[in-house]
Amino acid sequence: MRVALFITCVNDTLYPRTGQAVVTLLERLGVEVGFPEAQSCCGQPQFNTGYRHETEPLMRRYATAFRDYEYVVTPSGSCAAMVRDNYPRMGAKAAAEGRGQDLADAAAEAVPKTYELTEFLTDVLKVTDVGAYYPHTVTYHPTCHGLRMLKLGDRPRSLLAAVKGLNLVELPGAEECCGFGGTFAVKNAAVSAAMGADKARNITATGAEAVCTLDNSCQLHIGGTLARQGSTVRPVHLAEILASTEGDVW
Amino acid sequence: MTPRDPGSQHPGAHEPTTRNPAAQTPSARGQDSRALVMARIRRALADVPRAETPGEVPVERTYHRVHGDRTADRTADLLAENLADYRAIVHRADTPASLDAPSSLPALIARLLAERGATSVAVPPGLPDSWLSAVPDAVRRVPDTAELTPHDLDAVSSVVTGCAVAIAETGTVVLDAGPDQGRRRITLVPDHHICVIRVTDQVVGSVPEALERLDPARPLTWISGPSATSDIELDRVEGVHGPRTLEVILTGPESAGQS
Amino acid sequence: MSGTHQATYLGMPAFPQAADASTRNTQLRANLRHATHTIRAKRATAVAELDDWSRLRAAGAAIKDRTLRHLDQYLEQLESAVTAAGGQVHWAADADEANRIVTELVRATGEREVVKVKSMATQEIGLNGALATAGITAYETDLAELIVQLGDDLPSHILVPAIHRNRGEIRDIFTEKMAQWGRPAPEGLTDAPADLAEAARLHLREKFLNAKVGISGANFMVAETGTLVVVESEGNGRMCLTLPETLISVVGIEKVVPTFQDLEVFLQLLPRSSTAERMNPYTSTWTGTTDADGPRAFHLVLLDNGRTDTLADTVGRQALRCIRCSACLNVCPVYERAGGHAYGSAYPGPIGAILTPQLRGTQSELDASLPYASSLCGACYEVCPVAIDIPEILVHLRERVVEGGPASVRGTRTVIKPAKGHAAERAAMRAARWALDHPGLLRTGQRLAARTRRFHPRRLPGPGRAWSDTRELPKVPEESFRDWWQRTRGRSATGSRTEGDTGRRTEGSTGGSTGSRTQGSTEKSTGSRTEGRKDTT
Repeated sequence: MRVALFITCVNDTLYPRTGQAVVTLLERLGVEVGFPEAQSCCGQPQFNTGYRHETEPLMRRYATAFRDYEYVVTPSGSCAAMVRDNYPRMGAKAAAEGRGQDLADAAAEAVPKTYELTEFLTDVLKVTDVGAYYPHTVTYHPTCHGLRMLKLGDRPRSLLAAVKGLNLVELPGAEECCGFGGTFAVKNAAVSAAMGADKARNITATGAEAVCTLDNSCQLHIGGTLARQGSTVRPVHLAEILASTEGDVW
Repeated sequence: MTPRDPGSQHPGAHEPTTRNPAAQTPSARGQDSRALVMARIRRALADVPRAETPGEVPVERTYHRVHGDRTADRTADLLAENLADYRAIVHRADTPASLDAPSSLPALIARLLAERGATSVAVPPGLPDSWLSAVPDAVRRVPDTAELTPHDLDAVSSVVTGCAVAIAETGTVVLDAGPDQGRRRITLVPDHHICVIRVTDQVVGSVPEALERLDPARPLTWISGPSATSDIELDRVEGVHGPRTLEVILTGPESAGQS
Repeated sequence: MSGTHQATYLGMPAFPQAADASTRNTQLRANLRHATHTIRAKRATAVAELDDWSRLRAAGAAIKDRTLRHLDQYLEQLESAVTAAGGQVHWAADADEANRIVTELVRATGEREVVKVKSMATQEIGLNGALATAGITAYETDLAELIVQLGDDLPSHILVPAIHRNRGEIRDIFTEKMAQWGRPAPEGLTDAPADLAEAARLHLREKFLNAKVGISGANFMVAETGTLVVVESEGNGRMCLTLPETLISVVGIEKVVPTFQDLEVFLQLLPRSSTAERMNPYTSTWTGTTDADGPRAFHLVLLDNGRTDTLADTVGRQALRCIRCSACLNVCPVYERAGGHAYGSAYPGPIGAILTPQLRGTQSELDASLPYASSLCGACYEVCPVAIDIPEILVHLRERVVEGGPASVRGTRTVIKPAKGHAAERAAMRAARWALDHPGLLRTGQRLAARTRRFHPRRLPGPGRAWSDTRELPKVPEESFRDWWQRTRGRSATGSRTEGDTGRRTEGSTGGSTGSRTQGSTEKSTGSRTEGRKDTT
């Protein structure tokens, strides 16, 4: 099984610890993980802002960088969704514009091997109990792209449920967007902040020590808002919870 | 200030003049616009292969014809439940030996009108005579005729009708302006509507089953409970312009008296 | 205020500015939150009752797609059927033409007053204003439309145009304004919804009973039979459709469905999505005219007004499936906080954000801002009963705004230029893409950021303030993942751990840290696994 980690630009630059957690976790589960250094960004910020043509080189890069792997695993629901939902659209549009099939081919190559972390664990490795130990009270915010584009369903919850020591508390309004939305957070800052403030208040009200998500880009917004509100709840990526064990508490 | 007084306008002020392109007859302009819109549509659909027919665009009708498997009795019960859920008042008329029995349809209708204090009742032209046979003569019968104005109807207390079909899953009665239902307005303007449903042959389970039975050429009114609105804070309140009280009587064929 | 005054959306600011003001209006926020959360939960329950919902939804989408792909044929069929049934069909290429047709039809009756059923199409074309200019007063009869009209306000929701008003505000509007339009509000009117509904009943009763001309839209038109369908709750629709002598229906060309039986799908999808009911209180269908029952004259005005431009876009076309249920508004977190007026159109919320820029184009600053009025959370797509992929169209229209490209404008295929005001963003996107396409350069930038991390400000200047005004900035870690990998795994990009080493982990990077997660405890707890690591610190 040739498995590559797609770290994503946000995690690479701001949340390396999440990538380290994925590597630790997968290696503990006996998976050899590769990290092709030619990888970069999936292009989601550009694409979702309307710059499809600026996204195309990044899509090509993705397909090329992971060419030698059977599986690409990424700790980001929205980046996985970008590849799976939008790369085929970009390929089809380029073909319709008479610019040939190579982008469509790149999409066809990238899509089937791209997995969000929890999908890879539950669907490919077929594990829900990864032997994790995390002695904290945690609430879970299902990020939108994982929830609605990837349709992750109860995969993340089943993984969390198997974590020893973890006390999962329900988040009111869990399925409502946190308000990040990429460039939305800046272009419509007022609405984004209002959504974030409501989300952060709901999180704090649970009494949890940590809020778990599958997307550190959303955590950037949630964590930044929690901190501004003076909340002590800390954001944590699911990978870090799953990487944590009794012998190595994260 | 008040709404514009119609009298303050010069009637001719906006009439088309001969200098105006609007002076073209409406139908000539309409023909141009028809051709324009049609041409736009055809240009817009340049991606649709010329040879494609509508039937070639797939429509999978894998949804249920009816939700769940129910006996006829259970279907009638569901109809009653759903009607009541949306604040219709549901009654059942038995099939007694005598029309004079208190549980018979005529007795029930008479009682409901009396409880309402009705002084007049609108009557569709083909309403079975027996239905109002127990109603005292003091309650004025107002036949549904072309001369009946909306103002006349506004002074009528109640209306009694049959129906074309009733839908259990949604708690709906459908009127098709048949002889026992009358024109649409008689079930609209009076504030109290008594609607009689024959359980044996007028109740269907679902919306698809109802549409199969209905004639689109007839004006149809689907009624699911009394008039209501959700316009204040998206909270449902019963009773706006249509009849604020809807009473439904479920009845067997004998008491419905087709004679 | 008078019947001639018409509030309009003209000259409204772009969405972000309007929404910024709304988010600070605590009363509006409270009203919208209460109303949308109430209906959200009810809709979910109503939909859950049907175990074949997803199949109904797919069928609804497919029927609409079939219709749209052969719209010319279906419209011709509809026209023949309506005409054969005694109706008269008119075609309007744009709003002005539709308004002119309706005005002339009303004039021909000699009437100066009309009663109206709530209709999105007539809101879209500004019919009431056009009629007022011609000296014709249009009375809105839907309760929420009445609230909007009396309050000299604008609709802010598709189903409940006065959703931004709470019961107290409605009571005040009725008390102050009803007398100017007809029967005054009852003395001592309370804010109980039942009392407010009663006040509307009394106020409008005389209008209905005297009405000679009714104006409506339609939810569906059946091509096969020429049947029109109006779905409503209050009975004001029935009043307007059956009591007047003349009925004029203004309907968008996309509202056609092929067959009468096709209604079996939409009459299940619409009520549950819209008011969360198994069935709405009243649905009226009519086919042309009926002797002695209902209007003697029936006019159908078929409206284009940008719909053919929308149809021409193979991605955006699906927006024409919309059955105006408003489920997408009710579930949208952006709508809930921005309010409907911020969308500057009769069509607010997610559907408005994709419909308005297609119907009107993306040239104005407001219209160009609408595709960005979404976090792309996808809740709208999830609840849409005809499966319109709203996020997909939003991104597609964003591309039209910033990159330009082919589009149909008033029926003519053209290549539109990128909208103004995006030059800086475009340059930034290009630079970012260039850097991301050169991972070596990316690494240099990451290292530079890491080296200067102690000097990073907590608040950003310029456009960055939009972030840092309300959110803390993340701390840049000492080491990027890329560097960590290289340091601990060398050049082994194929995946084997050459040195059996997990490496030192980066200190708590996802925000505030707790004691147990600090670097120190990590090193302690990893024990033997720290052996042989290439820790350079």
